[in-house]
Amino acid sequence: MIQAFAFYLFAVLVIASGAFCILARNPVHSVLWLIVAFFNAAGLMVLVGAEFIAMLLVIVYVGAVAVLFLFVVMMLDIDFAELRAGFVRNFPLGIALALVLVSELVLGLGALKVGGLKLGASDGSAMTATGQSNIEAIGALLYSRYLFVFEASGMILLVAMIGAIVLTHRQRSDTRGQNISRQVARRPDEATRNERPEVGQGIQL
Amino acid sequence: MTSFFQDFYLLGWVHQWQLLHVTMGYAPAWALATIAGILLIAFPLMLGVAMIIYADRKIWAAMALRKGPNVVGPFGLLQSFADGLKVFLQETIIPSAANKALFLIAPIVTFTVALLAWAVIPFNSGAILADINVGLLYVLAISSLGVYGTVMAGWASNSKYPFFSAMRASAQMISYEVSIGFILICVVLWAGTFNLDGIVQAQKSHVWIINGFVANPLLFPMWVMFLISGMAETGRAPFDLTEAESELVAGYQTEYSSMSFALYWLGEYANVLLMCALNATLFWGGYLPPLDLPFLYFIPGTMISLGFFWLFLKILFFFFIFSWVKATVPRYRYDQLMRLGWKVFLPLSLFFVFLVSGYLMATHHFCDADQTLYSDAGQYARMQSSGVCK
Repeated sequence: MIQAFAFYLFAVLVIASGAFCILARNPVHSVLWLIVAFFNAAGLMVLVGAEFIAMLLVIVYVGAVAVLFLFVVMMLDIDFAELRAGFVRNFPLGIALALVLVSELVLGLGALKVGGLKLGASDGSAMTATGQSNIEAIGALLYSRYLFVFEASGMILLVAMIGAIVLTHRQRSDTRGQNISRQVARRPDEATRNERPEVGQGIQL
Repeated sequence: MTSFFQDFYLLGWVHQWQLLHVTMGYAPAWALATIAGILLIAFPLMLGVAMIIYADRKIWAAMALRKGPNVVGPFGLLQSFADGLKVFLQETIIPSAANKALFLIAPIVTFTVALLAWAVIPFNSGAILADINVGLLYVLAISSLGVYGTVMAGWASNSKYPFFSAMRASAQMISYEVSIGFILICVVLWAGTFNLDGIVQAQKSHVWIINGFVANPLLFPMWVMFLISGMAETGRAPFDLTEAESELVAGYQTEYSSMSFALYWLGEYANVLLMCALNATLFWGGYLPPLDLPFLYFIPGTMISLGFFWLFLKILFFFFIFSWVKATVPRYRYDQLMRLGWKVFLPLSLFFVFLVSGYLMATHHFCDADQTLYSDAGQYARMQSSGVCK
């Protein structure tokens, strides 16, 4: 009973916050609704027994990606009227994209119902790995059967990261950098000196 | 029920729970027991926060050769309650240009998140509200939510100082979470589990008769880094740049008053206590006594466990360290804070992940480890037969 109640609660909240994410006029509100949606999706994953994925979803998407997203959206000065202007023009494109996504969803569910895929039980619950916790089951698969795919995706991400740094990094010669160790090593007698100037005379700095 | 709910123990009240279960049926008994457990943790925690604010002010005063709060109640013990009553009676001011809903939600988010993570802290062997097998990941997930209270407050206040503070907070917390993640991986590698109770059990007589990973030369530097990262993560001095009064008035709290301000206050200290509890649980043996001697586990002559006592003693010890640092160390400059996080802690913790995993592989740690460490016998058998152990 509690499980059914929790499922309907999370499911309704995911759909509602997803809708609000699109409908909100303010982009910051959109991002916050998106975060609520992520959070409730994590709740759904806990319910189907995928607690590791649920935690990863919260850590990676809510904890890191959405924070950066919010950071950028907060700093952007967005003209809402201009943003709304293209709505009618882009409407057909949006509908087409939505149709593609819906048909993919229907195809996937159909394949699962027919039995072409062995992802889990057809009632939607995950396949239980006997005597193994989530983390062990995923780890055992990632580091044995899918080792090369896993390593390759890691390499791609590394290249992407280095690429982003190379693209945005610029050497500037006109700025003075901080040398922290020199600053920390500085002592009062190196930085100050005692002078006793004559009356009416200044000090040469 | 999924594994999330399966291994349920209510603060060690297993027998009462089973009694309830029989008389009421599973679901109502479960709901009742969980609510009781939440209240049993939350109320003492709030009381503890009130007292710890008093202790913080006393320690700070003592280090500055002052007396600190000494008027309300004996030795000023009731000072926090008087302050609480004061803010409760004040008027809640909402700036006219603020985003009202977010402005009011933000302190609630901070406060709630500060309480959430306590669900997986083991107070004694089996005395844990939610004994989930991804306990440490849950703590990471919850602590990564903490930044939203600050960022939302900064944006919703529609004021310059809170906004600067929010930008500082989001950059600071993300930076230190990365190194905290690597530090926790070292602990998890050694313990072989994400379950916090399992991590505590894995520290039993870790080095000779000392209970705790901190006695391990490979993990001691990790503990030092975890302590410092914890200070940065909770925004405590010397990393309290989000509320640096010389630059940002009061940072994200500038526009807050009355109870919404008090919620930030309580949430901040609950977070500090949580960091102390994590230090104790992950590195100092949690509810285990410091030394693995039989007479330290129970009150002499009885079978009453001293687990609570040892954990609280360790939490208080770490809180003293937090206060001590606050009273003595000057505030970091922002670029130095970022440099410490990205250029010192991140490479160092990554290096220690290699070092720890290399050591564990070289010594076949998981092959001759105690079988009881594993969540089930199957995992132990798989480790033995997987070819890792020769």
